[in-house]
Amino acid sequence: MTKFQKQNFFQNTNESYELLPFRFARINGRVLLTNLVGEYFFTKDEVLKSLVDGTLPNDSDDYLNLRSLHFICDDQTQSAKQLLGIKTRTKLSNYSNLTSLHMFVISLRCEHSCPYCQVSRQSDDKLAFDMSYETASKAVDFALSGPSPRIKIEFQGGEPLLNFDTLKFIVHDAKEKNEAIGKDLSFVIATNLAVITDEILDYCKLHDIEISTSLDGPASLHNHNRPRPGNNSYELATEGIKKVREKLGFDKVNALMTTTDKSLDDPRIIIDEYLKQGFSGIFLRPLSPYGFAIKTKKYNAYGSKKWFEFYKTGLEYILEINKSGVHFREFYSATILKKILTLKDPGYVDLRSPAGIGIGGIVYNYDGKIFASDEGRMLAEMGDNTFEIGNLATDNFKDVFLSDKLLDPLEQSMTTSAPRCSECAFEQYCGADPVFHYATTGDFLGKKAESDFCYRNYNTFSHLLDTYDSNLETRSIFESWIN
Amino acid sequence: MLQLRGSTKDFHCDFIGHKMLIISDDSSLPFPLREKYAYILKENIDTNLPDGFGAYISQNASVFSTSKHKNWFHIPQYMDYMEAGDIINFKDDGSIWAIFRSNAKYNTFLLTERCNHYCLMCSQPPKSKEDSWLLERAMEAIELIPRDTVRMGFSGGEPTIYKEKLIDLVEKCRGYLPQTAIDILSNGRAFSDPEYARLLHKIDHPNCMICIPIYSDVPEIHNYVVQSEDAFDETIQGILNLKALNQKVEIRIVIHQQTIGRLVETCEYISRNLLFVDHVALMGLEITGFTRANLPDLWIDPYDYKDTLSQAVAVLNRSKINNSVYNHQLCTVNPDVEDNYVHSISDWKNEYLDECNKCSRKHECGGFFSSQILYKHSDHIKAFS
Ligand code: SF4
Ligand code: SF4
Repeated sequence: MTKFQKQNFFQNTNESYELLPFRFARINGRVLLTNLVGEYFFTKDEVLKSLVDGTLPNDSDDYLNLRSLHFICDDQTQSAKQLLGIKTRTKLSNYSNLTSLHMFVISLRCEHSCPYCQVSRQSDDKLAFDMSYETASKAVDFALSGPSPRIKIEFQGGEPLLNFDTLKFIVHDAKEKNEAIGKDLSFVIATNLAVITDEILDYCKLHDIEISTSLDGPASLHNHNRPRPGNNSYELATEGIKKVREKLGFDKVNALMTTTDKSLDDPRIIIDEYLKQGFSGIFLRPLSPYGFAIKTKKYNAYGSKKWFEFYKTGLEYILEINKSGVHFREFYSATILKKILTLKDPGYVDLRSPAGIGIGGIVYNYDGKIFASDEGRMLAEMGDNTFEIGNLATDNFKDVFLSDKLLDPLEQSMTTSAPRCSECAFEQYCGADPVFHYATTGDFLGKKAESDFCYRNYNTFSHLLDTYDSNLETRSIFESWIN
Repeated sequence: MLQLRGSTKDFHCDFIGHKMLIISDDSSLPFPLREKYAYILKENIDTNLPDGFGAYISQNASVFSTSKHKNWFHIPQYMDYMEAGDIINFKDDGSIWAIFRSNAKYNTFLLTERCNHYCLMCSQPPKSKEDSWLLERAMEAIELIPRDTVRMGFSGGEPTIYKEKLIDLVEKCRGYLPQTAIDILSNGRAFSDPEYARLLHKIDHPNCMICIPIYSDVPEIHNYVVQSEDAFDETIQGILNLKALNQKVEIRIVIHQQTIGRLVETCEYISRNLLFVDHVALMGLEITGFTRANLPDLWIDPYDYKDTLSQAVAVLNRSKINNSVYNHQLCTVNPDVEDNYVHSISDWKNEYLDECNKCSRKHECGGFFSSQILYKHSDHIKAFS
């Protein structure tokens, strides 16, 4: 048939193209390019050079891919800029919902005495360290008055179960007040499970409350991290996990590990413990800096280098587990991969810009003080009130969210304008952590060249992207994690 | 395959032009209603026909030989599928057209054969002659279609060549058939005019999906497949305009030699840029129309691309985009696409090969178009044990 034109008839004869904003990094001998919204492309140095010189041939695969991914546009793809605009808006649109995670510190009291914990008190004085009904009711009003359609109330401590009456009060108060508002309301208790009872579990079952607990590794490690009278934190936690699963359902309990110096020795024994306890994954959490870095206000590259080795070894071990047919995730990697591969923001508070403080999660202290984050509360315990952004007794939602005390650290830490970050290939996947940087360097922005936070993230992103892109088997495992 | 259009020499009519009627087999239908119906006589017996129907049809010519009635049509054997509820257009030259079949899962109305594309694999090769009577018939039929119809479609050619008149059709659907979901097959380019998209939006049809093909993330390939320069950008713009107004959009990709090479990239492009579309249809090649002429440039055995298809589906699933695989045989796809595998979209009788009779999963399999059986199908059809 002659009526049909051949393929080359449709080839673009205008060879000029326009560069759209992008950044690059060198990883393991390859060049990684990322664009304005986090699309990525691995290539060679020569291609990068030819790309910026304007000499990339418009029928080469590199050209076609880079154009589809919106690194360049030409007269065939005038829609590119509009699409980039839509993607940018979509990515940022979630922020207008403001806070969905509301942490209620209902008691500072705890029967554990963990050395890395700055806040808990050994005391029987309920009046001094427990949240009152009056404060609780104000916190509920505050939490429900924001725009977020989803509200998760997390009970924290100390050990929140030591103030179970206030916990019950909050659940009832929130449910009742929410009837007219209609938000998607959920509850979770962060507890070490040492004082859990059948009565408490029955209550959780009735109100569909989930449990988040701590498990630092096998008994020796866990009990070392978490001293309590009887030295049986591990036994209580694992028995508790079993009980919760029996009463509430297998998936109603998740566990978080606190990473300490001692954990770094061998991630495998921790991962084995999580497997043994039947969890479907583990969060290889960054080292908490609050034990040493904040106190000494010193940055500790040694700690984060060691953590990165710990993470890499752990990840490799977890991939081996997956290859043997057992589905087991590493949640930190899964969160980052989701950002990279779907352009969707999984809402992880520590990897957002504007930062997650206040607008991602907010803390109501037992005494009515409002903090921008849990770490901000810890800082206050050490005498620095920088992140105390209001008080339930005097401030309403608007007062707090429009206050300079919240807006200053948010504005000043934005990655898009931060030195180094603004040129970093990982800017779209990373985030701002004004509390960490303030605690370690005295300003919200920090110096990224010396930042532990940056070291950890930069290396994690490089490692994950490189691993994802170079091995098919690993690739499909990673993909299964984000589904 | 059913033949929807036919003609008879054995008929009598006293009207000029055409008459669109619903078939009824109810001889006690209330008199005032009968005018709108064609009475069907199924049994092969000579009996007294009830009075007052708009027309009478039968497969038995002798029924009519003595008839006192004026409008009767002896329907040809190949249209014996006709039954009560079907909507039939009769013409004064004896042609008979089953425009709507009540027992079909899905009815499609061809609105025009004119098109501004000339796709390599077009199943309805474009013609340039004026055919707006097709739209007029569809407009008429809407008044007769049962209110409980779940879903139906309008195709072309390119229906948007009618501009405002197509919008009128949608409005009429909303008025007469508010419960019926409608699909409109379009190349989407007309909607690159935001004003036209707004016209559709103003009708506020509760369930109207515009089904738009994107054959590649590479404009040159898409333009080649549809044989039109500048098509890609305009189509993307059209989709964006429709979605900005919250209109439903489905993206259709026909898989063949020209599109398979970047199928995964195309799905990635969709999942990153057009995440908000309502559905993506991944369709196997039908061997009709232009496809037969261009077969050497189009054919690829589905069995040979099944891993690519799996990847494409995985990309869409990962982004939580609804997607379906149509027109494929179960034995040519990997098990990991089975959740997205759709048995059949049309009720064109799915046909099977001899091999299929041994197959334990025949009831789940979409089988073949008759054109595939006739001209080309996978070399790897293998019964499940
Ligand atoms: S903190 Fe480091 S890794 Fe993150 S965006 Fe800034 S420079 Fe890049
Ligand atoms: S053998 Fe036939 S019925 Fe069975 S899956 Fe293949 S095409 Fe379908």
